[in-house]
Amino acid sequence: MTTALQFDIAHLLAGSLVLVSFMLLYQARMYALLNLFALHAVVLSLSVAWQAYIQDAPHLYVTAVIALGFKGVLIPVALHRIVQQLHIHRAIEPVVGVGLTMLIGIGLVALSIGAVIPVTVASDSLAREDLAFALAVILLGLLMMVSRHNAVSQVIGFMSLENGLVLAATGAKGMPLVVEISVAFSILIAFIVIGIFLFRIRERFDTVDLRAMDEFRGERR
Amino acid sequence: MSIAGHLLGGVLVIPAVAALLLAIIPGYRVSAQLNVLASLLTFVSSVALLRERPEPGLYLIVDDVNVVFIVLSTLVGFTTSVFSAGYIAHELEVGRLTPVTLRFYHAMYQGLMAAMNLALVANNVGLMWVAVEIATLTTVLMVGIYRTHEALEAAWKYFILGSVGIAMALFGTIVVYLAAQAVVGEGPEAMAWTTLVRESGAFDPALLNLAFVFLLLGYGTKVGLAPLHAWLPDAHAEGPTPISAVLSGLLLNVALFALLRFKMVMAGNSESLAPGPLMVTMGLVSLLFAAFMLYRRADIKRLFAYSSIEHMGIIVFAFGMGGPLANFAGLLHMTLHSLTKSAIFFTVGYVAHAKGTQSIDKIRGLTHSHPALGWTLLLGTFAIAGMPPMGVFMSEFLLVSSTIARQPLLAVPLVVGLLVGFGALLGHALQMAFGEGTGEPSGRPLGYVPAFVHLGIVLVAGIYIPAPIVAWFQEVAALLG
Repeated sequence: MTTALQFDIAHLLAGSLVLVSFMLLYQARMYALLNLFALHAVVLSLSVAWQAYIQDAPHLYVTAVIALGFKGVLIPVALHRIVQQLHIHRAIEPVVGVGLTMLIGIGLVALSIGAVIPVTVASDSLAREDLAFALAVILLGLLMMVSRHNAVSQVIGFMSLENGLVLAATGAKGMPLVVEISVAFSILIAFIVIGIFLFRIRERFDTVDLRAMDEFRGERR
Repeated sequence: MSIAGHLLGGVLVIPAVAALLLAIIPGYRVSAQLNVLASLLTFVSSVALLRERPEPGLYLIVDDVNVVFIVLSTLVGFTTSVFSAGYIAHELEVGRLTPVTLRFYHAMYQGLMAAMNLALVANNVGLMWVAVEIATLTTVLMVGIYRTHEALEAAWKYFILGSVGIAMALFGTIVVYLAAQAVVGEGPEAMAWTTLVRESGAFDPALLNLAFVFLLLGYGTKVGLAPLHAWLPDAHAEGPTPISAVLSGLLLNVALFALLRFKMVMAGNSESLAPGPLMVTMGLVSLLFAAFMLYRRADIKRLFAYSSIEHMGIIVFAFGMGGPLANFAGLLHMTLHSLTKSAIFFTVGYVAHAKGTQSIDKIRGLTHSHPALGWTLLLGTFAIAGMPPMGVFMSEFLLVSSTIARQPLLAVPLVVGLLVGFGALLGHALQMAFGEGTGEPSGRPLGYVPAFVHLGIVLVAGIYIPAPIVAWFQEVAALLG
């Protein structure tokens, strides 16, 4: 296989991840959001598997399998159940309007390309464009976390952000500890999801809307 | 393995094994004692590390920069475990904790110690990142342990903000690896501190700049620097008091330590942007913001949490100024702040128990109703506010005088921040210490020992610091650049 084709496929997969991140931004329904997140994880795992293949780094397949099994299947299923049990399937209230969010998102992608491409002239072109895409996914994840008030969609924003990090880590050729880091992240996410479930944020606060939690704070009224 | 290797292992393995044991043992008295014993053993092996150092490996290292952090960290870990044993018994009595949550608490406490020690001795930036993440997780779980509205909210907020910070730090770490990989080749070598610091002159400066911005934001969130501090007061106020002491005294230091290591990498590269101005700005903003916020606090633990933000600001400012004197002041301040702040939280824990509230307005006349408590709280507040002859005054004085000598204009906001914070803390403390006393008098003299030990060290440090310690501080200050 020619290097050009290898490059194109890696590029395509990383680009699709950015695209799915954009789609996450404007979802109005909880179940659709969960399904899209599963798609996000599947695209990530394909991308990681492709990197494992072209870099000839078998340990990255482990990361790909974790991404697919844990974030592509297990977490979405668990969140589905939470959404069902807490009856929050309709409730997504974006803080900022969809149009504005998308515009900010486009700005963030431009920013990450503008920030990464000029400083990575010395690195090989695959790593630098991967890094630019990864930063775009990270920033879009952050945008999603600040533009949603609801705990479940904030968690999804965080997980998509984390997918961007895994993309960046696998794109950095020969980086050690990638598998360990992705395992550590999975533990973190598992804790978050278990946390929502165990603490029954809805039960405690009547709503998973984080604004409601803010009111309990003693000093800022 | 050499003796030194065993000692290094001890710092990591003792707390890890203790965490597992404590998760199994049911009786709270036994586990509180085991918690103290494990912390003591960890402290002893860390002190022994001062004399015997293992050869630096690819993953673990003990060098001049981290060894005293390890000793400080395990010392405060030990004294806090002593305080915690008494504190927790009371929590169990009043029913805020159950035997099951207590078992969980002790296991998490040792887990946190293991993670923090790992972060300090890691010679690999990736390993250090994983350790800081685990430390964050354990503290999140402990902050939420009371399961009240406020505690859950605080834990959630800490979780989300801490995770974002940690994600940023990982991105920065990956970019540092990319910069190193181009020079030293692929593999663990390119993530080792020792290699990074040695070879950083040849790294691509633009990549280093990008990395440092993310690292500063990421680890800066964990340090509690001003625009990113939102989790800190809540987490301190709603968690158990021993955890507030450990958070302020240790975890903030660990995150700052990570920043310092990366600053050393930046300093080795002459073409990359100087990290100084960024750190000076963030430090000053934190200091001024927190100093003004101190006035309107209504909750005693929140008050001292804001004071932690203030002091982290001072320390980051000092390291941002750089140079032997400011770095020296920064290191000294970091050490003394850890000791003083944890002593204050020990006292605050007893105050909250004695008065049954954390609300500043309801705490009055402490020196009448609980003389020992009242005077200890006053002494601690004097120390943290920077009253001579306490040690914190020394480090602040050093910092101010070195700033005046080099950048007189920067000294103005620094001094303003210090004075504003001083007034606020003193005002609140005097209010609580004097006036009509409330609450039943009670004595628990043994419980004050950890606080007295800390404040004693801080007082002595203000008058006389032994020459070997000064020499060590100077050496590290020179390394920090």
